[in-house]
Amino acid sequence: MSSNDSVQKTIKVALLLCLVCSIVVSGAAVLLKPVQQANKALDRKTNILAAAGIETKGQDIDALFHQFTPKVVDLDSGVYTTEINAETYDQRKAAKDPKLSDALSDDQDIASINRRERFATVYLLEKEGQLERVIIPVHGYGLWSTLYGFLALEGDANTVAGLGFYSHAETPGLGGEVDNPRWKAKWVGKQVLGQQGQVQIELVKSVDPNDPEAKHKVDALSGATLTSNGVENLLHFWLGEKGFGPYLANLRAGDV
Amino acid sequence: MSEITAKQVLVTPIFENNPIALQILGICSALAVTSSLQVTLVMCIALSLVTAFSSMSIAAIRKHIPSSIRIIVQMIIIASLVIVVDQILKAYAYSISKQLSVFVGLIITNCIVMGRAEAFAMKNPAGISFLDGIGNGLGYSVMLISVAVVRELFGAGKLFGIEIFSVVNDGGWYVPNGLLLLPPSAFFIIGLFIWALRSWKPTQVESKEYELAPQTTSMQEAH
Repeated sequence: MSSNDSVQKTIKVALLLCLVCSIVVSGAAVLLKPVQQANKALDRKTNILAAAGIETKGQDIDALFHQFTPKVVDLDSGVYTTEINAETYDQRKAAKDPKLSDALSDDQDIASINRRERFATVYLLEKEGQLERVIIPVHGYGLWSTLYGFLALEGDANTVAGLGFYSHAETPGLGGEVDNPRWKAKWVGKQVLGQQGQVQIELVKSVDPNDPEAKHKVDALSGATLTSNGVENLLHFWLGEKGFGPYLANLRAGDV
Repeated sequence: MSEITAKQVLVTPIFENNPIALQILGICSALAVTSSLQVTLVMCIALSLVTAFSSMSIAAIRKHIPSSIRIIVQMIIIASLVIVVDQILKAYAYSISKQLSVFVGLIITNCIVMGRAEAFAMKNPAGISFLDGIGNGLGYSVMLISVAVVRELFGAGKLFGIEIFSVVNDGGWYVPNGLLLLPPSAFFIIGLFIWALRSWKPTQVESKEYELAPQTTSMQEAH
């Protein structure tokens, strides 16, 4: 056994082992990469469809998703851009890239996201030339984590068709209830704009159905005030001037 | 060394020498992944496979491993296997791998895997080491699955994501215990499990490290 401890043998064993292991690891990574990428794309599409309130169980996700047209929006001007390919644009990566994003000042940054990307991908559903749904990506800080999700609006770019988060780490059972289908169902039909065209959507303790403003109010999550505030803030940010405000205004006016 | 039978190696780690309950190894992942049964099951399979195959590979080359780099050699083999498992999960069980996130990667540092490699695989042939890995994986699984059943059933009213108790939030009668969905609750459940196991098999009770000596003087004298 002592011959094992010679310098030569030690180096030989180490090198051989590293070689064998690296072949195994890289082999697995290369062989499985196409399947993994397909999974990732499928996951994204499922999330978008779920936010749009489209039932996905047992259906062909790709076929369902094919109805949607992805388009890249220049957030500052609120018009579509052809500079960037919607198929390959990675918005979450762009939000961290100084070339593709801007730092936000404290008073702008109500959703606590520090930087905002210049371009965003939206998904449009059109039927017979009429815009039916527009889905916009939203994100912002809750209590423990940044919540990433999609907000689906009806063709009037005002009525909510669905809201869903696909990535967050809020407290299970409290803030984690943002995933509860019953809570998500409360968003459908709410209106995000007030009479003067300002963003008006609030999470309140309990919505009085007789309140004339009830269409701008949604029940907050019980026991999760900070997550609820986070959701309210991120919606205000992404529907506001620094978010999709200009784009949605153009959409309503029929300019894009 | 006394002869060890395959059956012994496979069965003893389940209750007699459970890696979590007796050796108190691998607690971190037991806390982290047990809030849903489905995720737990995948984690158990992943850990059992990694333990089995790493023990087997280490045992196969044990006579050529220089003792000076022994631990590093074990780590390289374990780490490679964990990466392969992680890649496979990402390819074929994407949603579960998203929930397991870093914990698959953390199998590398799971004390059970290293512990078996060092304590068993370095001294035994490949075949029996493989079974030892499976056995310890089963011991880990028994523990994790029982913790997960309690946590998911009473914390969310579900098993495998299927509703068992209808929860108040969905208009039912059951008020879920939110604590059970948080990692610390697994401590209580593991503690209760260890208590039950040691009442059943008193030989597992550890000897006391320190005991007060009997009083040598009476109280009056002390005053």
